Amino acid sequence: MHELGIVFYIIRDVKQAAQENGVEHVSTVVMNIGEVSTIIPEYLTDCWRWAADKEDLLRGCELKIEPIPAVTHCDGCGKDYPTVAHGKICPHCGSEKTWLLRGNEVEIKELRVEN
Amino acid sequence: MENVKIIEIKKSVFEDNDRAADALRGELKKKGVFLLNLMSSPGSGKTTTLIQTINRLKDKLRIAVMEADIDSDVDAIKIKEATGVESIQLHTGGMCHLDAEMTEQGLTAVIGGQPSEVSSQPSAFDLVILENVGNLVCPAEFDTGAVKNAMILSVPEGHDKPLKYPLMFSICDVVVINKIDVLPYFDFDMEKCKEYIHMRNPKATVIPICAKTGEGVEAFANWLLKEVARWKE
Repeated sequence: MHELGIVFYIIRDVKQAAQENGVEHVSTVVMNIGEVSTIIPEYLTDCWRWAADKEDLLRGCELKIEPIPAVTHCDGCGKDYPTVAHGKICPHCGSEKTWLLRGNEVEIKELRVEN
Repeated sequence: MENVKIIEIKKSVFEDNDRAADALRGELKKKGVFLLNLMSSPGSGKTTTLIQTINRLKDKLRIAVMEADIDSDVDAIKIKEATGVESIQLHTGGMCHLDAEMTEQGLTAVIGGQPSEVSSQPSAFDLVILENVGNLVCPAEFDTGAVKNAMILSVPEGHDKPLKYPLMFSICDVVVINKIDVLPYFDFDMEKCKEYIHMRNPKATVIPICAKTGEGVEAFANWLLKEVARWKE
């Protein structure tokens, strides 16, 4: 039920932003979800549907997910490589001195409101 | 065509929680309370390890325990009966983890009074241990406001766990490897396990123990004693 907890956090932030902007109904929430964020997009949208429809502000609101590919940087050779395919070991030079450049984001990108 | 207005947010879902956690740590520092967040899979021996550890420390430190579970209060009762220290049960209401806000509510219940009142008084406790929900995924993502994070990995779970749950191992300051009494019956490679842990987190302290017999528990108790003293400086 990891994704449901995340959904409650999203709803809290969206409610706050809607209030600040005087919005009464949000039609789409766009998320940036990193490839190695441990979020499963289908679970997130399922939990979203269940929880969002309980709120007037979010009834029928779509949760749109824009994935962010994970990229790892290697300090050994200075190159970047796709994280999911190669993991912690650099495919260019075999070094273990690598770190995640991007791909663990769980971020609300924007709200879309129909006038 | 319909008009769509776009409101840019660009905000991490964890941002509010991270801020609340930092604020809680600040409060704890002022009050001289060390909060340990203890995590693990279900059944790795968190409660038994706690009982053994607390019984070695209760004459040196004033200790309280917060047990977090989805339901029941068996763990809180077990701790209280076996150690005599203050122990309360938190229910997460179906959630798989505790966040900083829930942790603060728990702390208020343990220490007593309103949060603002509490902050102005020195605490009655040196060490509060939060036993998080048994789960290696979500608790790693939500900062509880604890001073240090600890996790227990038990031998039957296998030495490759650090590869499967990298985030959990990367945020832990100490990894306790429990149930070493059954090492002869499992294909658990202690050296490989340490190597995998240090791949994720070069700074992690690894302490092999057996909570049932008490072997190695002294080392974990000493680690805690040192960390609490450092926090109170």
